[in-house]
Amino acid sequence: MSDDERQNLPVRAEEFLGMFRRGAEFTKELLEENQRLRRQLVEVEDRQTTAAGDDVEWSKLREELIARVRTLESEREDVLERLRAVEEENRLFAGRYLEIEEENNNLANLYVASYQLHSTLDLGEVLKIIIEIVINLVGAELFAVYVLDERSGQLEAVASEGAEVKTFPSAPLGSGPIGESVLSGEMILEEGASQDLDHPVVNIPLRVEDRPIGAIAIHRLLSQKESFSPLDHELFTLLAGHAATAIFAAQLHGHSERKLNTIQGFIDLLTK
Amino acid sequence: MNEDRPRILIVEDSPTMRQLLAFALKRLRGAEIVEASDGMDGLRKITSDEFDLALIDINMPVMDGLKLISLIRAEGSLREIPIVVITTEGAAEDRERALSLGANEYLTKPIQANKVLAVARSLLKLG
Repeated sequence: MSDDERQNLPVRAEEFLGMFRRGAEFTKELLEENQRLRRQLVEVEDRQTTAAGDDVEWSKLREELIARVRTLESEREDVLERLRAVEEENRLFAGRYLEIEEENNNLANLYVASYQLHSTLDLGEVLKIIIEIVINLVGAELFAVYVLDERSGQLEAVASEGAEVKTFPSAPLGSGPIGESVLSGEMILEEGASQDLDHPVVNIPLRVEDRPIGAIAIHRLLSQKESFSPLDHELFTLLAGHAATAIFAAQLHGHSERKLNTIQGFIDLLTK
Repeated sequence: MNEDRPRILIVEDSPTMRQLLAFALKRLRGAEIVEASDGMDGLRKITSDEFDLALIDINMPVMDGLKLISLIRAEGSLREIPIVVITTEGAAEDRERALSLGANEYLTKPIQANKVLAVARSLLKLG
């Protein structure tokens, strides 16, 4: 044993004694607890023995137990009732969550459609975006976009999907299903498909305030698209307003660009 | 997956569809979205970066979606990337062709965002 270890010996002995004392105290506590439980057990056994030999005591004990069972049953019913209420609430929340998610998705569709329509002032690009929206968001297979030629009063097909644009006949404003729909501003909305290019199943009149701009005439939907959903109706309404504004703005922009070029050419001619 | 944030490649020629899909898919733990406007662009991006999922349209300019899927599946390191086809082609033979080339799921347009999200969640094993 080294000198250091010898010097530390009293400290270590004290630590050991402390540990031993704590162990002894714990054992004493355990013995006391054991004694207490033994006394309780004896009391219960005595009470049972007394009750078994005494009708009054037995009946008292029985009533106590019945009351306790009733209390427990009532508590159980309360808990079950609360569980049922929470489950019902969960179901309502799940349903509401699905509704909100669908609403969120629908709003995203409408936002993207509107954003894209107003992302350009080039008429060709606007028409391309309208075609994309009608294919991808509505699910149409055969349709055309008409623009009104104000000089002739004819609605001319300027973009299409599913058939060459020249196969779609022009429609006089105010005459025939497409022309009447554009003049009145009333949408044609039927189910099914139409082979008659003069008579679409859906015609969305494009108007800026009371001014007719054109139309989107849908004749057939994609095979996997069975019917129109509430979102489709929202999209038709959005297209009726926003596609019209986008076409009108692009037309005005095109006119102003051409006029600007003419004036610039004229100025160049004068200043040379 | 990069810090639990999935990286998703959308190969689609329509800007409207790209924006719509990106809008929906960003809800998947703030997924990072990369867009490609045709098959060739998609091939360039998928071979030069790491992705957890690819959404591919069929009818596209330059290189169509089916060709892109076959090239992805032929490349050893890209064989495990889940592919979802999103297309207007609803015929059963189109679906079988895409799946036989290696697509994992086939969704037809018009798309429903909740369906795309459910498929993406399942393929990304997001629960």
